[in-house]
Amino acid sequence: MLKQTPLHAIHRAAGARMVDFGGWDMPVHYGSQIEEHHAVRRAAGMFDVSHMLAIDIEPREIAGGESGVRDFLRFALANNVDKLTVPGKALYSCLLRPDGGVLDDLIVYFLREDWFRLVVNAGTADKDLAWLGALVAERAPGLKLIPRRDLAMIAVQGPRARELVWAVLPEARAATESLKPFNAVLIGDHLIARTGYTGEDGFEIMLPAVGAVEFWQALVAAGVKACGLGARDTLRLEAGMNLYGQDMDEAVNPLESGLAWTVDMTSPRDFVGKTALTAAHPVRQLAALVLQDQGGILRSHQLVRTSHGDGEVTSGSYSPTLSRSIALARLPGGSAPGDIVQVEVRGKPLAARVVKPPFVRHGKSLID
Amino acid sequence: MNVPAELKYTASHEWVRSESDGTISTGITDHAQQALGDLVFIELPAVGRALKAGEACAVVESVKAASDVYAPVAGVVLAVNDAVVAAPEKVNADAYGNWLYRLKPAAAADAAKLLDAAGYIAAVGES
Repeated sequence: MLKQTPLHAIHRAAGARMVDFGGWDMPVHYGSQIEEHHAVRRAAGMFDVSHMLAIDIEPREIAGGESGVRDFLRFALANNVDKLTVPGKALYSCLLRPDGGVLDDLIVYFLREDWFRLVVNAGTADKDLAWLGALVAERAPGLKLIPRRDLAMIAVQGPRARELVWAVLPEARAATESLKPFNAVLIGDHLIARTGYTGEDGFEIMLPAVGAVEFWQALVAAGVKACGLGARDTLRLEAGMNLYGQDMDEAVNPLESGLAWTVDMTSPRDFVGKTALTAAHPVRQLAALVLQDQGGILRSHQLVRTSHGDGEVTSGSYSPTLSRSIALARLPGGSAPGDIVQVEVRGKPLAARVVKPPFVRHGKSLID
Repeated sequence: MNVPAELKYTASHEWVRSESDGTISTGITDHAQQALGDLVFIELPAVGRALKAGEACAVVESVKAASDVYAPVAGVVLAVNDAVVAAPEKVNADAYGNWLYRLKPAAAADAAKLLDAAGYIAAVGES
């Protein structure tokens, strides 16, 4: 039996084509994935991302001041929560195994010194909870993990996203108008974050599940287009963002996944995976490809031949903004932007060019 | 389900129309285009190529997946529809109005042996 978000009935009623995504019955599109993609690039679209899990980390006893939450996360996460100096600030991080393999990627929000929130992927949520639970028991038994399945999450994205959210939540305008990217604010029981997974401006909003349907319908009425996970995937790929399980997983480390920028190796703190990453000698890298030849679409698992050795496409699709096929690929070290490589597409070698990601940012192509 | 009664079908989701000159036109069904989603790439067989019945001879790719298209009957490719190669979304808009290629069948009677509309609907229901 697939799991259902608080908005499930709305998706079904809207005629969405549904797919099993990490054990959840989720909308892949409501008619045309490409139209939904363009809506986000040109105006505003929204995604039900309630299948992702918010996990609050708090002390068991009311503590105040230094509660141990930050200290625990300093050790648990590969990025450094000491970068979170102001309440509401968010940080992208990997959760690593001791051998450096990526257990998950997540966003951590600093809400109060005794209250941090992690948002993790749907398909890895149970694994993450078990992993973090064991780590808490070993390192910080005074803390508790609170899975927040009582929350819904809606991502409203696009150049008009913020103004349309304000049309629906006028009381949120004052507090969110000056909110900088990767910052969040609690307004009543809504956590409104200026984050996203599309390369566009917008908000990700966590709210009580009971209010999700009404909020979604108000956004539709305001002119926000309902978008499925299909468009979410092409938008994040154009934005050059990794997808867990495709572009990285437990078998690779962040240094070979284009995520070295998210690992803080300079601070003296210890963290899970640090010893392994310190000793690692990356021989592969995640690169971005644009298909040059006609003849097909780049897809996961296609073989890539380069002058430095073979690699593999990790995420590939058609870019609606660029009207051509694009991909992320794990290539041998030495490959660099400008290189022409050959990708095996249904048995034929097709030429692709290595480029510097992202492909698209704020509606504009960054590829010549 | 949109399955016109005047066409013939394969269980692999091709439609076939017998033309008055003895040739056939073929494309993918409305059910197939819906299942694939937005089409972004179509590759068609070379004109003059001799096809066996059931042979993979064309490819349609949507944003999410690539799918082979199979020859409904044996025959020789007479023409391909360049308009759908240039604009694959035409097939999403009207799957039966946009043929992919035309065949001269090896045996005139073969097309008549394909599934009728009711047979195709039943085949989809079972899959």
